[in-house]
Amino acid sequence: MTMSQSNSALASKSGRDRVNASGWSGRALVYAAVGIIALALALAPFLFPDIRSQEVAARICVFIVLVASYDLLIGYTGIVSFAHTMFFGMGAYGTAIALKAMGPGFEAILLGGGAGIVAALVLALLIGLLSLRVKAIFFAMVTLSAASVMMVLASQLSDFTGGEDGITYSIPRLFSPATELLTDAEGRAMRLFGVPLNGKIALYYFVFVSALLLFLAMMRIVASPLGSVLQAIRENELRAEAIGYRVVFYRTTIFCIAAGIAATAGILRAVWLKYTGPDVVLSFDIMIDILLMVVIGGMGTMLGAVIGVVLMTLAQYYLKDLMALGAEATANLPLVPDLLNPERWLLWLGLGFILLVYFFPSGIVGTLLGKGGRK
Amino acid sequence: MTETTASLPTRIKADIERFGGVLWLPVVLAVVALILIGQPSTWATLTIAGLAMGMMIFLMASGLSLIFGLMDVLNFGHSAFVTAGAFIGATVLAWLGFWVTGGNPALNLTGLLLAIAAATIFGALAGWFFERVVIRPVYQDHLRQILITVGALIVAEELVLLVWGGAPIPVPRPQVLTGSIIFAGVSVEIYRIFAFLLGLLVYVAMYLLLNRTRLGLLIRAGVENREMVEALGFRVDRLFILVFMAGSALAAMGGAMWAGYQGLITAALGSEMMILVFIVVIIGGLGSIQGSLLGAILVGLMANYVAFLVPKMALASNMLLMMAILLWRPYGLLPAVKR
Repeated sequence: MTMSQSNSALASKSGRDRVNASGWSGRALVYAAVGIIALALALAPFLFPDIRSQEVAARICVFIVLVASYDLLIGYTGIVSFAHTMFFGMGAYGTAIALKAMGPGFEAILLGGGAGIVAALVLALLIGLLSLRVKAIFFAMVTLSAASVMMVLASQLSDFTGGEDGITYSIPRLFSPATELLTDAEGRAMRLFGVPLNGKIALYYFVFVSALLLFLAMMRIVASPLGSVLQAIRENELRAEAIGYRVVFYRTTIFCIAAGIAATAGILRAVWLKYTGPDVVLSFDIMIDILLMVVIGGMGTMLGAVIGVVLMTLAQYYLKDLMALGAEATANLPLVPDLLNPERWLLWLGLGFILLVYFFPSGIVGTLLGKGGRK
Repeated sequence: MTETTASLPTRIKADIERFGGVLWLPVVLAVVALILIGQPSTWATLTIAGLAMGMMIFLMASGLSLIFGLMDVLNFGHSAFVTAGAFIGATVLAWLGFWVTGGNPALNLTGLLLAIAAATIFGALAGWFFERVVIRPVYQDHLRQILITVGALIVAEELVLLVWGGAPIPVPRPQVLTGSIIFAGVSVEIYRIFAFLLGLLVYVAMYLLLNRTRLGLLIRAGVENREMVEALGFRVDRLFILVFMAGSALAAMGGAMWAGYQGLITAALGSEMMILVFIVVIIGGLGSIQGSLLGAILVGLMANYVAFLVPKMALASNMLLMMAILLWRPYGLLPAVKR
């Protein structure tokens, strides 16, 4: 059985079937959850003003874009790529290098980020034309190799990239916490719900609004004729080809689009963190995270990306705390504290992931929306 | 193009094919490297290092390639066997202590072989478990195979970290295999010769098994056309467990050899090697042992030559090699299956 056919068992059905097949309660649950998440993210600086929560919220915004763009490939088209962090990293490094070299300014972000996006597009085009015509599984291996080479290059070309240490730089003054957006009568930053309106808020909303726009753009792509062709390719490649769609062309197109969006997400990440290094934008761990997020949320559902990212990110930040508590509580038992060591959280995640792929291959949102499921 | 001009290149091409064709690529690479490097003694050392490295990668890659060829299963968790093999080999070597580090060559070799055997046996058993529990439910489904095996890889790596910890572990090298011999002005590390010979032995054994026995005939037939072999009444799924165990065992053996070669191992060893293994499988063509050997030797030589000529390009060079070969032959050099 080919990749494309097997995919149909996973996340399937066109939009019209979905409506008929699903229970309304599952749909309501998904939409309610996504609505709450969107609202929470939109008001995050006021709802959760502490620094760690801010970091979590911004990370969620960026990763929703990244994961949704990956879902365009794996979920909607059935292309398995392991090079998504590579494109993410190109956007981030482009921005970082420009900010470092040209000083903090919007033109640096525009120029560096633009260069990163262009580089990502060119590379995606090359990889796509070269290897999207062969077997899907070949493509997975080619992208994996390309991504690892990029990682090696980033750590070895240390004159440009800062090597393993990465690059720290300043961002435009508008985004600095010392900048007051609105001042009150005494000349201090005006407060809204007790939160000072400073540059940090501007930075968060820069990230949030950009992420929102990108996400909406992807929703649009999925609903467009292009999206339908992609799903047709996923369902039955030969048939799509026979109807007259040039499969390689469409695959390469969506691969480039996804790469460009990933690079844009990289820009957001670089601007938010004021730091870019292999660990935060390029490492294989991030690729695994993205994969887990897509599958947990549900492949082939844009909303699944939102749910997957939120669950995984919260787990990453807060499950470790929980496990540390568990390890302390069981400190006297043999082996159990080792298993509950916060460093081992990936072990549990991996096990959960395997079970999820066995029993709920269409992910949380896919299952709730009544798409695919077990057959 | 007229017919006369077209026929000449075609004829030359046919001649090249008759005398081994792509099998000459390593030789071409070696000659080019000799011209670039200039010093024959350095070149010889690098070549031997490359061959040894190629043989170890071959051990890891051949299993993956066969498993894919026979059952259309791509195991992204293959590197877990490499890592596990390396750590088990290192642990057994450390246990044997004086056997390994003492002056008695016979004990030295026995110790090393015991360590490799332990790793190999563990690989076979783990492979059986892996096939039964992880892969069996997701046959015929590439996407879920990739996801499940990546999940299993995460779990396996975490288990290795749990048992052996995150700090690098030193691997004692048997006394008899340390040091190097000087032959015609070329210094050769003994361990490299050992690695090369072991790899060659495994290759010959596999070649004979696949080409001279009934079992091998069935495996090759299964790679070529599984349904047909099943229709003739053979249990291909049982064959596959066997091949999967053998492939995992070979990966673990390669891991143990690599551990001895490196001298210091971390849990990331498997995933670092995996990139090279994938490149080898892609270059060689899926499902063929000869292809894996050819690819492994090309990659080993390339890595060593380039590491000497342009150190920063070492890994990228193999990537470029893969790109070039994919452009030339999209299914690899010697594919057994074109799917």
